[in-house]
Amino acid sequence: MLDGLSDIKYKIGSSSAEEVVASYLERIEKSDINAFTCIAEDATDQAKKIDSLNMEGPLAGVPIAIKDNISTKGLSTTCSSAILDGYVPPYDAHVIERLREAGAVIIGKSNMDEFGMGTSTETSTYGPTLNPWDAERVAGGSSGGSAAAVVAGQVPVSLGSDTGGSVRCPAAFCGAVGLKPTYGAVSRYGLVSYANSLEQIGPLANRVEDVATLMDVISTYDNRDSTCVKHNAGYTDALQDDMEGLKIGVPAEYFGEGIDDNVQKLVWDAVGKFEDMGAEYTKVSMPNTPYALAAYYTIAMSEASSNLARFDGTRYGTRSEGENWHMMASKTRQEKFGAEVKRRILLGTYALSAGYHDRYYLKALKVRTLVKQDFERAFEDVDVLMAPTMPTPAFRIGEKMDDPLSLYLTDVNTVPINLAGVPSISVPCGFSEGLPVGLQVIGNYFDEATILKAANAFEKNTDHHTKLAGAVV
Amino acid sequence: MITKEQVEHIGWLARVNIDEEDAFEFASELSTVLDYFGQLDEVDTSDVKPTYHVADVMNVFREDKPKDSLEQDDILANAEEIQEGYIKTPKII
Repeated sequence: MLDGLSDIKYKIGSSSAEEVVASYLERIEKSDINAFTCIAEDATDQAKKIDSLNMEGPLAGVPIAIKDNISTKGLSTTCSSAILDGYVPPYDAHVIERLREAGAVIIGKSNMDEFGMGTSTETSTYGPTLNPWDAERVAGGSSGGSAAAVVAGQVPVSLGSDTGGSVRCPAAFCGAVGLKPTYGAVSRYGLVSYANSLEQIGPLANRVEDVATLMDVISTYDNRDSTCVKHNAGYTDALQDDMEGLKIGVPAEYFGEGIDDNVQKLVWDAVGKFEDMGAEYTKVSMPNTPYALAAYYTIAMSEASSNLARFDGTRYGTRSEGENWHMMASKTRQEKFGAEVKRRILLGTYALSAGYHDRYYLKALKVRTLVKQDFERAFEDVDVLMAPTMPTPAFRIGEKMDDPLSLYLTDVNTVPINLAGVPSISVPCGFSEGLPVGLQVIGNYFDEATILKAANAFEKNTDHHTKLAGAVV
Repeated sequence: MITKEQVEHIGWLARVNIDEEDAFEFASELSTVLDYFGQLDEVDTSDVKPTYHVADVMNVFREDKPKDSLEQDDILANAEEIQEGYIKTPKII
């Protein structure tokens, strides 16, 4: 079993942050799963500083990996895109400020799909991150590096971001715990926007309690993100209770066509486990779920086409030659963006253009309302919803790269959550042919406490999280 | 169905230059995805309001107090070409 935060804090107490950080750096050095886009040169210095100041704090001396779309002052932030090659942010994201205050050691930036656009980390300009359980399979995405690094023991905790499943998918494929917080629970200040109305920064770890600890650190109000909402935290305190009387809803639409039989069985076994612990379940219906995927991609691509307009070879990143500004920008974007990013920008531009705006973008926003109402209705009767995180275990590298739509379809069970903005956590619930499978526990707005509690109770009553991936040295 | 000419036009709107052979491939890929989006037509949304974002916040204000901003040199450090404190680009028109 890999060390959790409490083990690490004990080790730091009996040796030093410097030694603990060195042992993680060594693991990263030895590994070839390509989880990192860069390692912080000052990681050892950060640890020494913690030691010399005898610094306390919930994460004092704890190494953490940060998805490469979260701004880190003085440390390269590329979104795994060639267009941001060499970009070094002049400021820290809100979550990074919070982590530094808590004593965390930013050890490096983790690999991701280019600008978060993918479900496999294969669209990264640095190449795919390999799944620690099977190096021929994807780690999931877009926060593939953040999940793989945690499961391979290269860091105990990491941050990812989740626009349509990008924390939960790699958590499920790699066998980690990953939380997408309620929209507005974590400041997006310093997160490079892909689809700003859908995404949240979220923590990944090998244990639910470590995810809760990270939430206590990062989920504080910040007026630099105007969509950040004041709310009560206390995520770690919520982990104590039992499951007696918990009402679980199981939405039929999340077990539809394309959901692997083994995956369905493992999720139902998990629901059975909750019954054993005193919870009760009912089947619920969320009838607009089948339309969520099309609505999600229409909205995400539309927002992306606007958000990515800033990458024009002017203020940051690389620049191609052109006789005037327009040609320079057009060439830069042609040469430095990958194919998937260009597809999404083009589709988003089309969906927002005169004559098509109402048919695609506005229509998708209305369907979004219906999807959101499905959740509001469901939570009138139940405390949490349970479903498979992903339709299958991790697929093979290259398997879906020639057919963009086939890749989009794998997000079927994660995107409705982002459309509604509710929180959701993926926890390991077993293995199918040696590959991890994730159980998704979805909660009501700002009720992370209940899903963390449920996930924690499940973890304490199962042993899936104790198994070690083959790539772990 | 989206045509090669439409792809080139959208590419210009989005400032993404597109070569002839790429335009054919994008036209086919984009058409497949737009066909899939077409299923939204099945949903009756006649009395439904759009949801632009879900955070229950509106008109967020803060005190209008000046504070330190980033140093000019730090911001310009990432630009490809600078001159006398400005970012230099090829001519716009």
